[in-house]
Amino acid sequence: MTFNISERIVDDMVAAGINFVTTVPCKQLAGVIDLVEKNDQIRHVPSNKEDEGMGLCAGSYMGGGKPCIIMQNTAIGVTVNTLSALIQFYQFPLPMLISYRGEVGEPVACQVEMALHTKPILQQMNIPTFHFHKKSDVEELPAILAYTQMCKKPTAILTDASFWRAA
Amino acid sequence: MPSTASEFLLRRREVVGKLLHDRGDRLVIGGLGSTAWDITAAGDHDLSFPLWGAMGGTVAIGIGLATAQPDRRVLVVTGDGDMLMGMGSLATAARQNLKNLTVCVFDNEHYGETGMQTTHTASGTNLAAIAAGCGFANSRQVETEDQLTEALPLLRDGPGLQFVCIKVRAEKLAFVLPPKDGVFLKTRFRRALLGADVV
Repeated sequence: MTFNISERIVDDMVAAGINFVTTVPCKQLAGVIDLVEKNDQIRHVPSNKEDEGMGLCAGSYMGGGKPCIIMQNTAIGVTVNTLSALIQFYQFPLPMLISYRGEVGEPVACQVEMALHTKPILQQMNIPTFHFHKKSDVEELPAILAYTQMCKKPTAILTDASFWRAA
Repeated sequence: MPSTASEFLLRRREVVGKLLHDRGDRLVIGGLGSTAWDITAAGDHDLSFPLWGAMGGTVAIGIGLATAQPDRRVLVVTGDGDMLMGMGSLATAARQNLKNLTVCVFDNEHYGETGMQTTHTASGTNLAAIAAGCGFANSRQVETEDQLTEALPLLRDGPGLQFVCIKVRAEKLAFVLPPKDGVFLKTRFRRALLGADVV
């Protein structure tokens, strides 16, 4: 497979009607964030913190936008209340493209701790979770984006180091 | 330092009533707690979105809404506690160069819903100065009726990005609660704004 993963992800977002993206950066997501910033069909609003980003997305949706948040899995620790009291309580569809740090291949020991909590928290919160490990897993993205709109829930797309190494 | 907010001149419900009087097609986001009760006391409205939780997120929601509806004035009505928790959003708003967002902070220097503990504004934190430092070209503090009269047209209609910190009396008022169903609040707002076929 010769396609570029970052380009593929942003193309799929645009095809799904995503027109508002907020980001808190991660090195693994830098290529996607760069393309989001350059894409004239997407309003890119960088946020300071991921709970702020979820507020931005909720507001965009209230106004007729179709939002997406891009962040690192450390954000799952930051945003539990916002996910429940805003995104789930009001039923906002919110695809969350998440770099899954702390898995095999991770050079920073501190990242491992949050990695251990990431899936249990998502499971506890009944958030549909998808794990992209191989490059071909990206082929599921269009269906996940459609599913998110259909069920009006937050969905987590965890993209790990192996997935990005293949990019 | 004890707060003197129990002696402030402006009363929150009267000010919100003036802000939202004959509100037209303005879009209103209300921060959880006192400001959600205030906007409801001024008259529950399909184009009002009161928050029941997610403290600290009110301005962020206003920013997102303002980007999606650039031709409508978005009024964020919130309190000092919520603003202190979500202060980073002032920087985010200023960096987006929005033309249609007003942030009104009703600053009674206390957390009104949790036992009236003082907030940092009681000991000198100046929210209007912070907003100016974040890049709000129009930022002011209002303490008197005359200042309010001068500010109101700007808050309601701009131009551009507006911030106002309105010093209001610390007082315990009767609850005037909005609907409690989040999905109802979201859907009625979207239908009123985007059309009846929106789900």
